[in-house]
Amino acid sequence: MSEPKKERINIHEYLAEFDDIPGTRVFTAQRARKGYWLNQFAMSLMKEENRTRFKADNAAYLEEWQLTDAAKKAVLARDYNAMIDEGGNVYFLSKLFSADGQSFQTAAGSMTGMTPDEYAQMMIAGGRSPAGMQSLKANLAATGGEDSKKDF
Amino acid sequence: MARVTTGITSSHIPALGAAIQTGTSGNDYWGPVFDGYKAIKDWIHQPGNMPDVIVLVYNDHATAFDMNVIPTFAIGCAEKFEPADEGWGPRPVPDVIGHPDLAWHIAQSLILDDFDMCIFNDMKVDHGCTVPLSMILGEPSEWPCKVIPFPVNVVTYPPPSGRRCFNLGDSIKAAVESFPEDLNVHVWGTGGMSHQLQGPRAGLINKEFDLDFIDRLINDPENLSHMPHIQYLREAGSEGIELVMWLIMRGALGDKVKDLYTFYHIPASNTALGAMILQPEETAGEALEPRTVMSGHSMAIAAE
Repeated sequence: MSEPKKERINIHEYLAEFDDIPGTRVFTAQRARKGYWLNQFAMSLMKEENRTRFKADNAAYLEEWQLTDAAKKAVLARDYNAMIDEGGNVYFLSKLFSADGQSFQTAAGSMTGMTPDEYAQMMIAGGRSPAGMQSLKANLAATGGEDSKKDF
Repeated sequence: MARVTTGITSSHIPALGAAIQTGTSGNDYWGPVFDGYKAIKDWIHQPGNMPDVIVLVYNDHATAFDMNVIPTFAIGCAEKFEPADEGWGPRPVPDVIGHPDLAWHIAQSLILDDFDMCIFNDMKVDHGCTVPLSMILGEPSEWPCKVIPFPVNVVTYPPPSGRRCFNLGDSIKAAVESFPEDLNVHVWGTGGMSHQLQGPRAGLINKEFDLDFIDRLINDPENLSHMPHIQYLREAGSEGIELVMWLIMRGALGDKVKDLYTFYHIPASNTALGAMILQPEETAGEALEPRTVMSGHSMAIAAE
């Protein structure tokens, strides 16, 4: 005899829903596995001696980590969207932009295609509106089936 | 016996710490934020309000825990915790002094209550823990109370459900109340409110969601705790999921609470900021005057 189980969440449905959010990559286990070394590289910049070596020669420092070519390229270009595509997570990557002397706002803004000024102005004006930003499927239904993925 | 007298919510964004450090907390941008917090700072420094111990619920931002160790619920049981170097040197704030007796007591009690805690001793604390302390306790040379760091994973999916967090708060309350020493204990829930720090949707703010969350946190936490992750993600942005930590605080206060103070501000860097003082209704003190403060772009709602 056992107690009645609570209602279980279907993990496949749970994960699949994340792909329906416009302009967002949720840090799932799949991304965490892909980005393991990229994120661990970023963590290493919490030590002053590592920051010094990294700043002296970015590319040489990156060679010490088991990174994909795409991840290395993304780091060198400081392309945060590309780093997230490679499994990076923004809290890990914050060690990289902090080492560069950059703020969270500048780094986050760099992923939106806006200039730092445009992004800062959008935030002061109340931020990005959630309207039309919650669900790709809902957007698709609202536009009568046209591809709503083209923007996000 | 020890009692949970108060729950406080607070943002923990690093830019607030930077504003203090660079002396810009009074400028046009940050001034309204620090003004909104002043009421909390004044309140906590009044006689009887300073806690003996804060159970400080926050998320570690890839600082103490990297990809090797990802504890869902952790508790710091050491004598002290040093501020971490997060890439720009450690924040120049005092060491966080723990309360090992109460921390171990809570850890044991929670495990017996079916919350399988991860216990940490050697652990550095990041801005998630120290920024709320600076915002509410100011810049003393030593923190005026003990702090039990309580990190929750909200970074690698899945984080704990809102329901699980709410129930954990209830178990923390029971654990505190079974500690024999007479202590004034606060539970702080930090992070939030709506914000997204990544991808083309970065900068998302959802005032309507946030104000509804505040209202339900006070009046209807039972139903609020059933909100699924996907709803936080869609409505409050990818980092808005931090709000599940507020439910731990709320669960530790019992059924009915009185809201002494609510502050809501848009924007603080990338985020909508919420800071509240709540107390269990039966032992609640006087509400602050004014009781609700909205500033920045959030003022638009106050006029409605």
